[in-house]
Amino acid sequence: MSVKLRIFEAMQQIAKEQKVALPPLEDDLLLHETGFDSLAFAILVARLEDDLGIDPFTVADAVAFPSTVGELVRAYENVPV
Amino acid sequence: MSRSEISALREYLGPEMKGRSISDARQSVSLTDILGETCLGGRLHELAGRSVLLAVEDQLISAIAMTEVDGVAWRMLLCPPDLNSGQAQSLIEDADIDVVVTDRPARWMDAGVYLVVAARLPERALTKEKTSRATEWLMLTSGTSGLPKIVGHTLDGLAGAIMAEGPARHPNATWATFYDIRRYGGLQILLRAVIGGGSMVLSDPGESIADHIARLCARGVTHISGTPSHWRKVLMSGAAANFSPRYVRLSGEIADQAVLDGLARTFPRASIGHAYASTEAGVGFAVDDGHEGFPAELIGPSRDGVKMKIVDGSLRIRSPRAARAYIGAGAPPLGDADGFVDTGDMVELRGERYHFVGRRGGIINIGGLKVHPEEIESAINRHGCVRMSRARSRRSPITGAVVVADVVLADGTAAGRHETIRAEIFGQCKESLASYKVPAVIRFVERLDVTAAGKLARADA
Repeated sequence: MSVKLRIFEAMQQIAKEQKVALPPLEDDLLLHETGFDSLAFAILVARLEDDLGIDPFTVADAVAFPSTVGELVRAYENVPV
Repeated sequence: MSRSEISALREYLGPEMKGRSISDARQSVSLTDILGETCLGGRLHELAGRSVLLAVEDQLISAIAMTEVDGVAWRMLLCPPDLNSGQAQSLIEDADIDVVVTDRPARWMDAGVYLVVAARLPERALTKEKTSRATEWLMLTSGTSGLPKIVGHTLDGLAGAIMAEGPARHPNATWATFYDIRRYGGLQILLRAVIGGGSMVLSDPGESIADHIARLCARGVTHISGTPSHWRKVLMSGAAANFSPRYVRLSGEIADQAVLDGLARTFPRASIGHAYASTEAGVGFAVDDGHEGFPAELIGPSRDGVKMKIVDGSLRIRSPRAARAYIGAGAPPLGDADGFVDTGDMVELRGERYHFVGRRGGIINIGGLKVHPEEIESAINRHGCVRMSRARSRRSPITGAVVVADVVLADGTAAGRHETIRAEIFGQCKESLASYKVPAVIRFVERLDVTAAGKLARADA
């Protein structure tokens, strides 16, 4: 499964758990429009670290926090594993 | 103090009670004739008035040495087996140790003490030593970080809860504990066996849980204590089917409802009690109604001289069973100006009961909101397939920290059910916990480490 699909799957799972109505996931969807609060993002980052073995926001201090879903996916794709 | 008022362990040992013994996995020593024997090669008189480090690895020899040295030495420091040599040197200085009693004499020859006395299995003694003083009992705190603190007790204080219940409350009991007897919780059980006229079956660190339980059955153990972590291991082992104690005791950690219910199902004939005690504050109280927490009416009025109060959420105890002081140069005071010891154990009033929620220092901070890991573990442990769990903090670039839970499932839980169980645990946590307390990640692990003191190992605590 691609990194992108795994991220989408994790987001859908968390949305279900947190009872968040997640809009259709597209690259230019703004993260603040996803309905996720900071706790939901913290859960997402923690689970992706277990699933993908990386946390791009802690590994490199220069990584700017993404503002769209597409940027979030690229942050994971661009970390050398 | 006149001689007759001094209590010492030897006063509870004598030939008038037959059939008493103390045993470990290798041997059994009769307590009936123990007063005529020595495990110190007849050198007990050299310990009179001395400050003694009891550094005996073998628990059986250590127990018998305690009964000999008590009432003779000025003080006796009980050394748990996991002490390293750097720690030992600072203990020798802080407690003014001049004699080391040990079953590893070669290790102590360069320790710079006046005397090293070899301890071995008891043999017939040529002379009998009498009680001449109230020996100070020094123990080490079981703190997980840094150097353990030395805590000074008297035998009267250590035995306070046993005397308050009446030492004959459990006649003909054979006691056992999963603790090492050099720990406060383990020593309580040894004292119950010696003072109450019973027998004692010791733990053995190298023994499997199944072998240990088989030995408890073979020795006819009737009364047994351990931490909730010890007991979860027993429940997990599936080896307890033939074991039928009359009394099961938990102490040293929070006894949650799941472990109490698990023990009640496994030992339907036993009375099950959980006790609150700490090396510093002594035995606070015991609860035997089968419910977690303790009745609110225990706070306030003094019972058997033990007075408890809650200040800033933590349990404070003033008690004749509390330690008298921390020992050593620059040791901090043990209690406040009114004599209350701050236990650092946080409690919360829910209805008519106080519940323990965790240690003051163990809090996880999630974006400014705080949670005790024990509260999360208690919610997780309610799931029928969960044997034990540990909640811990993982750093998060977003909230500073998130909660991660490591969960051990019951034996025989099919791997195919993991996702269902994970969802059920999440659901259960969401029902009973605020959303920030619900674990971000639940991992299934084969085992969780338990410290030498019998408590769940918390790397970040």
